[in-house]
Amino acid sequence: MKSILRLIICLMLLWFTKANCQSEMVLIKGGTYTPLYGRDSLQVTISDFQMDVYPVTNEAFLEFIKKNPKWQRSKIKKIFADANYLINWKSDIELNKNQSLKAPITNISWFVANDYCECQGKRLPTIDEWEYVAMANKTLADARTLESYNKYILGWYEKPKTFNNNIGSTFKNYWGVYDLHGLVWEWTSDFNSVLVSGESRKDVDNDSNLFCGSAAIGATDLMNYAAFMRYAIRGSVKAKYGLKNLGFRCVKDIIE
Amino acid sequence: MKYLKTILVLLFITLLFASCKNDKSNSKHDDLTVYQCPMKCEDGKTYDAFGSCPICKMDLKAIPSISSKTVNADEISDESIFNLTSKWNTEEGKTIQLEDLKGKTLVMVMIYTTCKAACPRLVADMRNIEAQIPNENLKDLNFILVSIDPETDTPERLKAFAIENFMDDEQWTFLQGTKNSVREFANVLAVKYKQITPMDFSHSNIISVFNSGGELIHQQEGLGVDNKETIQTILDLTNKK
Repeated sequence: MKSILRLIICLMLLWFTKANCQSEMVLIKGGTYTPLYGRDSLQVTISDFQMDVYPVTNEAFLEFIKKNPKWQRSKIKKIFADANYLINWKSDIELNKNQSLKAPITNISWFVANDYCECQGKRLPTIDEWEYVAMANKTLADARTLESYNKYILGWYEKPKTFNNNIGSTFKNYWGVYDLHGLVWEWTSDFNSVLVSGESRKDVDNDSNLFCGSAAIGATDLMNYAAFMRYAIRGSVKAKYGLKNLGFRCVKDIIE
Repeated sequence: MKYLKTILVLLFITLLFASCKNDKSNSKHDDLTVYQCPMKCEDGKTYDAFGSCPICKMDLKAIPSISSKTVNADEISDESIFNLTSKWNTEEGKTIQLEDLKGKTLVMVMIYTTCKAACPRLVADMRNIEAQIPNENLKDLNFILVSIDPETDTPERLKAFAIENFMDDEQWTFLQGTKNSVREFANVLAVKYKQITPMDFSHSNIISVFNSGGELIHQQEGLGVDNKETIQTILDLTNKK
């Protein structure tokens, strides 16, 4: 009886610490893979790094913003954010009633996401790193060719308002990372390396293989389409934009 | 035996908590309080510690949680690129912040010196614009070329590039940043770029004009396009003075 009680207490405490520890990270073992889009060279090599298990939550971001008033809605410089920045918050340091503490933070600009990670001694992931981790399903490191993997992502695209859901509400992937698909889009450090904007026709010196959507839809299959949507989003946003379905998470290099 | 178990469990739990605490204390360093003379005898100079003003001897007053940088930046508008606080090396080997460029109209472009295709034309466009500006306007102008390849483009290399391209006069400035600061800068200009090989980048060809306060006034996109509008903007800005 006693040991059961102790076990319960122990489990409760474990759960409690887990809930408190926002920045839980896991090791991502590096490797070489072929991204669908992004670079012209075929293979990309990723070194080992650590990634946040969950996207940054409203709660964690609220803490950050209390300590860093320059990022508060009323104080942020216009060059670093547009009018949608934290638009649904009740005040500078208060969430709205319908916003869950455990839901991912959205409506934030690249600049603030970048600084948030820096303040924790971390950084935003690169596109290649993010895509590398995101090609896993529950059991495989690279599940991109599976129909079920692609169906899941495309199914999410049709679900409304998943950004209101709490973190951890999607599946845990091969690496132990949650919510890469099914909750929110995420900022990457070099999102502006995707040359797919409307202007790419005239102001870019190098036609990328992302030149237009029909290439993705016509040439291949669902797999490319799911990834194409991510690249299209990255190519179309500007760093000061705040979108209601765009959040972020941080990564960290392994120091040897 | 039972006690040992309990102790072990407790130890395990405290360790878990301890690891949590560490994370939190990490992010505190940004929260600085600075002190300033209430009479502003020294033009808004700030101190890290409490004390009295060396000129009027009044007690210094605390300015809560604003770093000294934002205090100095009083007159910079919200939309100014001078809000970026990163450090840059010039081709002359000086280290500057963008704010040091304040006061002159700025014409900016992002290039890299190992570039073969678009950059020579972009550079030609810049020289073309410069050639059409009357001399008396040039003294209020600064042409800035920012490298998107900070690892290759050292100050020495940029200097050599400047001489080679006849862009070594005072009105030309070349900047070397870091990977991060260049990314951030490109984001402000909405310039996109990616590294294709160690020597080759693909990038947007955008020439941006800023007023003396660092606010973006005009952007010209594309190569070899009609630069009439850009020149008119520059003339308007430099004639104002």
